[in-house]
Amino acid sequence: MKKRIGWFIAGGLLIAALLAGVVSSFASSSPDGLDAAARKGCTFDADDNITGGTCMAQQEQDHQLKDSPLADYGIKGIDNEFLSTGLSGVLGVAVTFAIGGGVFWLVRRRGHHEEKTDSAAGSASA
Amino acid sequence: MNGVAMHIANGIVNAQVSAVFAAIAAAALAICVWRGRADLDDRLAPMAGLVAAFIFAVQMLNFQVLPGVSGHLLGGTLAVVLVGPWVGALCVSTVLIIQCLLFADGGLTALGLNITNMAVIGTAAGYLLVAGLLRILPKTPRGVAVTAFVASIVSVVVASQAFVLEYALGGTTQLSMTTIAGTMAGAHVLIGIGEGLIAGVTVATVARIRPDLVYALRRFRTARPVATKAAQTTVGAQA
Repeated sequence: MKKRIGWFIAGGLLIAALLAGVVSSFASSSPDGLDAAARKGCTFDADDNITGGTCMAQQEQDHQLKDSPLADYGIKGIDNEFLSTGLSGVLGVAVTFAIGGGVFWLVRRRGHHEEKTDSAAGSASA
Repeated sequence: MNGVAMHIANGIVNAQVSAVFAAIAAAALAICVWRGRADLDDRLAPMAGLVAAFIFAVQMLNFQVLPGVSGHLLGGTLAVVLVGPWVGALCVSTVLIIQCLLFADGGLTALGLNITNMAVIGTAAGYLLVAGLLRILPKTPRGVAVTAFVASIVSVVVASQAFVLEYALGGTTQLSMTTIAGTMAGAHVLIGIGEGLIAGVTVATVARIRPDLVYALRRFRTARPVATKAAQTTVGAQA
């Protein structure tokens, strides 16, 4: 008889929600390793616009979905930065678990023998 | 605003090279779905959902590695240890797709590049290290923690150099590739150490409270971890 997994998943999700919802507000706001390398060689003004030099970030273009309500890990319309970042993080954890877990559940192998139909596998690549 | 962007943005690598890597990423993910299904049962499926959600959360936690430079976990090695290489790559991809589509992080055009680097190459490098190290290290919480620590560092540096390769192929400035490779490697060794500490603590905690949920402890015991089918029959024969 295998041990149950429900409480472990619930506990793990709670920790993830706390990390994304609370601890995330204390994260470093410096550019990450990739972004820092991309900016190396250019000078920037206070608004983060390139003022001179040569760097990878010069070719950077806007994100197609930059006006999405959750863009840049905040919730549009909430001015309190702590709330905005935290709520977007909790929402992200919930959505990732729902979509990831849902797709994995749909494509899983059922019962004790391997399922032969591949109908479910197609939906995962979408 | 630049501080919250974590992955390759649009325009850094040209459209043709981005398209080639989108095709590579799609093919790799198809293989992962095909191979991963053999691993995904009623217990691994919710566990994989949790791993994806956890990686999403920890990727928000940028830590300082140098003055003006931060880093965050990529998650490939952590996923390999907990849910195996195929499902692990799918977990990291899920996070990257959601970050791109919902949080506008990592360009839509660059999604194939980001998936190739972090979900495919990073996870593959982590897997090779984990499978190799667990042949010599003990299958204890401490053993998997050390494994995850070392494998994370290598995985993160390899993933960062995959970006350098893509930039060499499709970059649009005349910058020195050696300089970019050096800058990326230097920062990512430090990021890898940070990732290794997070991954090590996480897998050791799970291994201590629920060792039955750690894929690496169940599946990498045999001498030939790559041949899943053969490994299963060996385990069955021993039982």
